[in-house]
Amino acid sequence: MKLRRSMLYVPGNAPSMLRDAHIYGPDSLMFDLEDAVSPREKDAARHLVFRALKDYDYEGVERVVRINGLDTPHGLEDIAAVVAGGVDAVRLPKTDGPEDIAEVERAVEAAEKRFKREPGSVKLIAAIETARGILAVKEIASASPRLIAIAIGAEDFVTDMHTSRSADGVELLTARSLLVMAARAAGIMALDTVYSSLGDEEGFIRELRLAKQLGFDGKSVIHPSQIALTHAVFMPSADELAKARRIVAAAAEAEAKGSGVVALDGKMIDKPIVERALRALALAGEASS
Amino acid sequence: MSGTRNQCAMPTHIPNYGPIEPFMGAHKAAEGSAKLFASLDAALDALGAHSGMTVSFHHHFREGDLIVNMVLEALARRGLRDLSLAPSSLSSVHAPLIDFIKDGTIRRIRTSGLRGPLADAISAGLMDEPILIQSHGGRARAIDGGELVIDLAVLGVPSCDERGNASGAFGRSACGSLGYAMVDARNAKKVLLLSEEIVPYPLAPASIRQDYVDAIVAIDSVGDPSGIGKGATRMTRDPRELLIAGNAAAAISAAGVIRQGFSLQTGSGGASLAVVRFLREMMVERGVKASFALGGITSQLVRLLEEGLVGALFDVQSFDLDAARSLASNPGHREMDASYYANPGLKGCAVDALDVVVLSAMEVDLELNVNVITGSDGVIRGASGGHCDTAAGAALTVVVAPLLRGRLPSVVDRVTTIVTPGESVDLLVTDRGIAVNPRRPELAESLRGAGLPVRDIDWLKRLAESYTGIPRPLEFDDRAIALVEYRDGTIIDLIRRPKGLSR
Repeated sequence: MKLRRSMLYVPGNAPSMLRDAHIYGPDSLMFDLEDAVSPREKDAARHLVFRALKDYDYEGVERVVRINGLDTPHGLEDIAAVVAGGVDAVRLPKTDGPEDIAEVERAVEAAEKRFKREPGSVKLIAAIETARGILAVKEIASASPRLIAIAIGAEDFVTDMHTSRSADGVELLTARSLLVMAARAAGIMALDTVYSSLGDEEGFIRELRLAKQLGFDGKSVIHPSQIALTHAVFMPSADELAKARRIVAAAAEAEAKGSGVVALDGKMIDKPIVERALRALALAGEASS
Repeated sequence: MSGTRNQCAMPTHIPNYGPIEPFMGAHKAAEGSAKLFASLDAALDALGAHSGMTVSFHHHFREGDLIVNMVLEALARRGLRDLSLAPSSLSSVHAPLIDFIKDGTIRRIRTSGLRGPLADAISAGLMDEPILIQSHGGRARAIDGGELVIDLAVLGVPSCDERGNASGAFGRSACGSLGYAMVDARNAKKVLLLSEEIVPYPLAPASIRQDYVDAIVAIDSVGDPSGIGKGATRMTRDPRELLIAGNAAAAISAAGVIRQGFSLQTGSGGASLAVVRFLREMMVERGVKASFALGGITSQLVRLLEEGLVGALFDVQSFDLDAARSLASNPGHREMDASYYANPGLKGCAVDALDVVVLSAMEVDLELNVNVITGSDGVIRGASGGHCDTAAGAALTVVVAPLLRGRLPSVVDRVTTIVTPGESVDLLVTDRGIAVNPRRPELAESLRGAGLPVRDIDWLKRLAESYTGIPRPLEFDDRAIALVEYRDGTIIDLIRRPKGLSR
């Protein structure tokens, strides 16, 4: 199972960071061509990211590029460059409806053909950052077989909602919940928004715990120092793991015996519990048998 | 009354004993203030400052030092020539020495390090005689062993009493330990203290004792406090340095060093200082305490002492004001002189008892030789310091460096200048993997067993070059501008003048 507990933002105009950001151990890298790059530098950043994708070995770490929206003069060129460079996934900003996905998908498909990449190999991630987008999240989540995850972008969302971010995140609760629900219904991943108060480790951990409890698969991070904390929170505890191992073993045993009923310590184990145990083992990097 | 009634009857030769000197009368002790001089010139007169002499200084005031420039100016004004300069180190503030080299006041320099305009000028061939780069232990060996004879040691101190008991731990310009100066004071033919503050006798505990001191001059300022030391050395927040530090701590742990009563030293530099943070976490978690820590002392090590995680600190140089304060107040924080620290010529030194040392590097080569003195352009911009001393002494020597600095690889075929020989280096920890000295296969095994990314050093070099390309080798002319001395007094490398830099 591919993990996406942490997706590290890397500004597309910072060559020294593009070079080897994977050394900090994130599950995914996200090179940013959008907000991190001023309009004057869009072309240079696009070229840098293209070269980085082409030249550097990220040792298997997933490479995502956040492109500029197709409503800007940069979006289409971004798609062509990153598909040519060999990107793993394209992240769309400000997705308001399934038509946004369809438009990007057409451009990606054309680029795949043009640069002789395997059809369908470039995946998509959609960031939802408006009230409209949240209300369309169900349709967005199933808009394309290329879509592997949806993400919430909180800063734009709270502005759109005429509110601001608070410590307990009450203003985001509905949006986060809807987003995770839509992701689960569509069988894709849900990624939480960034936490930008770098100095506030306690607040960051609080938000991580909330995201995990709501069902998110991971979180976008803006600094290498956030990666280890993120993985620690999304990592199952030692007790959870021990239990998961026993459940999975019991399930394997039942299957070997051809029995449909899994029992452990005299109790029947439901299928969802086995699934959760498998997920816990996968999160901890343990291959399930 | 002088003399005694026994005087006339006293023979000058006693059978079965030998010649004796008969008592001639009691000498009245000199007045306490006899060492105090009104001006630097008056003291230099009294001490017989002369052309051709060797004059030494310490570098405890670092970039804030005012003493070296002030004294050289006074010596030049007196018309002295052909002086040998033997400071424990020099830095960017000593650019004015260029003029004293040009006018013939200074003929020879030996120092641990050199930076800034003076280093640039010397690299370009300013001096007729090559300078000598010494390690801290090597300098102490040369002085204590009588190879380097100091005619006059001029030692700036934050405070002393009128008999010459001096300390670096007190006063407005407190710099903490005076470890390097203590060796000079003990051995120089004449010792002159320049003190910012004269306190009533007795100043105790004294780092420099009255029995070594010939003269004292009160001066307004020994240095600029902002250059002497910050309040506390801040832990780096650079993620790359933290990553390297974390890897280094993990490697030290995998090597089995973190056990009850181990000892450690960390050199200067962000990553190497940050290792302390990660070691501290491991020590707390495992309930392990270190017996002592050595070397340049920072606020992080002071914290370990205060938390009871290390039994004692031996301080040859205090890196920040926290360390200076701790030295003045905590009995577990002890001053040590450079010989006790690292002199290989005596019957034992502290670095020999080190379990682990973590050191920075500018360049490391395929044989793990380390350069900390010349930059990628061949110009001097660093210091030998205690690098080769601690590497030779410690049971585990860990060198930390990022694989790339800007556009330059840190791992190279051959270092520009060897300061520390690769045979005394066990591990190179980078942000892209850890190289183990092939002489330590068991160490490589332990690290692999702990899941650490052990790489061939050649692999690291090729990875670096995959980003930067292969830099064209530097070109030098035949002129040696500096000799690099190993701690035992042998010459380990020459620094030649980079081509195109001739003046």
